[in-house]
Amino acid sequence: MHTGTRRALLLHLAVLAGLFALQFVLPDYHHRNLARILVLASYAAGYNLLLGYTGLLSLGHAMLFAAGLYGAGLAVQLLGVNAASGFAIGVLSGLALAVAVGLVALRTSGVAFMIVTLMFSQAAFLTTLYFAAFTRGDEGFVLPEASRQYQIGSFFFDLSDPGTRYNFALLLFAACLMATFVLVRSPIGRVLVAIRENEQRTTMLGYHTFRYKLLALAASGAISGAAGAAYALLFSYVGSTFASIQYSILPLLWVLLGGVGTTLGPLIGTVLMFYLVDVISGYTSAYLLLVGVALVLLVLVFPKGILGTVRAKAAPWLP
Amino acid sequence: MAAVTLLATEGLSRHFGGVKAVDGVDFALDRGEIRAIIGPNGAGKTTLVGMICGRIDPSRGRVRFEDRDITGLSAWARVQRGIAYTFQITSVFGGLTCFDNVALAAQRRVHGHRALDREVARLLGRVGLADRAGVVAGVLPYGHQRLLEIALGLALKPKLLILDEPTQGLSDAEIDHFCALIRDVAAEATVLLIEHNMAVVMELAQRITVMDNGRILAEGAPEEIRANPQVQEAYLGS
Repeated sequence: MHTGTRRALLLHLAVLAGLFALQFVLPDYHHRNLARILVLASYAAGYNLLLGYTGLLSLGHAMLFAAGLYGAGLAVQLLGVNAASGFAIGVLSGLALAVAVGLVALRTSGVAFMIVTLMFSQAAFLTTLYFAAFTRGDEGFVLPEASRQYQIGSFFFDLSDPGTRYNFALLLFAACLMATFVLVRSPIGRVLVAIRENEQRTTMLGYHTFRYKLLALAASGAISGAAGAAYALLFSYVGSTFASIQYSILPLLWVLLGGVGTTLGPLIGTVLMFYLVDVISGYTSAYLLLVGVALVLLVLVFPKGILGTVRAKAAPWLP
Repeated sequence: MAAVTLLATEGLSRHFGGVKAVDGVDFALDRGEIRAIIGPNGAGKTTLVGMICGRIDPSRGRVRFEDRDITGLSAWARVQRGIAYTFQITSVFGGLTCFDNVALAAQRRVHGHRALDREVARLLGRVGLADRAGVVAGVLPYGHQRLLEIALGLALKPKLLILDEPTQGLSDAEIDHFCALIRDVAAEATVLLIEHNMAVVMELAQRITVMDNGRILAEGAPEEIRANPQVQEAYLGS
């Protein structure tokens, strides 16, 4: 058991070291892609915390990503705060929205939970369109160059510099990955998994399961918000596409592909899906069709995903 | 020594539509005893203990535990006060290891990695599953899953341990092991047992409550119950 933990920890650190090393060998195009993927994989890690470890399937996570995106983007754009404060506001926006929605949505479960989260998310999406005077709706807005430059003591960061951007994206991903790793190995993580397996039984062990589900949703919201905020600050664009249903389905797809309920699955799923879409969209504009087909196939023939299958067949120690 | 009442129900009733599953039951349990509830199928035994542990809301009546009214408490809060329930149909966490199963029940009172490891090992050893810690519970044979279920109950360190048909599906050898285990447990907890196996009931129970049609038909020591003509007619007589 404990040797398994050590082995898993080493694997996580090795993956992070590998990602750090990749920036020195990747050509520009893939370097830029991977920075984007790392931010999206952080989002997927937040989604996985809820779906994979607590067993709650949300169809409304786009609102949490968008809360971070707009929280950071609007604070920088309209209030003129610096990038670090913008990031903090984004995280808090994701967290606060998750708690508010959770207090209502977690009174339901299963299909009802999916529908309630979907409705909240659609309302959030329409809100971004309604307040187009600030958000510029579909068209979105680009953050001013100056807001992405930041001074801490004698260190100067320019988030539009590819190297800086990559390493901030990696830092975010590392933080999300290790946070989920620690959480799922903790007593709290054990309770979350128990809720996923059998909520009624968990109650009969003396756990107030609603509180634990709210905690999981809050953590998931904070991570999704962090990813959204990082996306706005690193890639400088804020638009309502990110609040649309598409961005609720994508993390589901990434997590299912990589392996639901595995800490590294979200990264693998995001990388594969990103490049699959990238390649396909070179041939056709109907890449969303592919996303849909992939989702159906995954659920039907490959429900454990890549790492889930590896864990079941060869490596039971994978967290 | 004077008996101290641990649990008491007052006029406890549960109606499902027109069916009175449990109908105005006054039931009292002394601290430290092993009590069995027997009765034909549909007598209301599981519904009664369901209301005691909070899984089922009563239509009427009250439940008192350690002289406090717990009728309004939810199930998880009753577990925290010391009422543990093990399920009729085994419902250990099939996807988790035996270690994780027991750790889940124990970790609310035992903190820290090492202490939890030790406590889980002790509990698994107590039910005879010491060498199964790393095994996924779902692949265990049925009898072992029942033992694991009891380990979960013990891990909660309950004041009252409710066992709903614990020996169902066990072999004779497993039943002997089980009886020894329960006598051992009774030294530190009150045990309430719903059981169909009369040999187990007669061997373990200090007192027996007989239920029929949602009411208590008789209550007393095993010999009294065996000799009671009403009970023989309703239940034992066949």
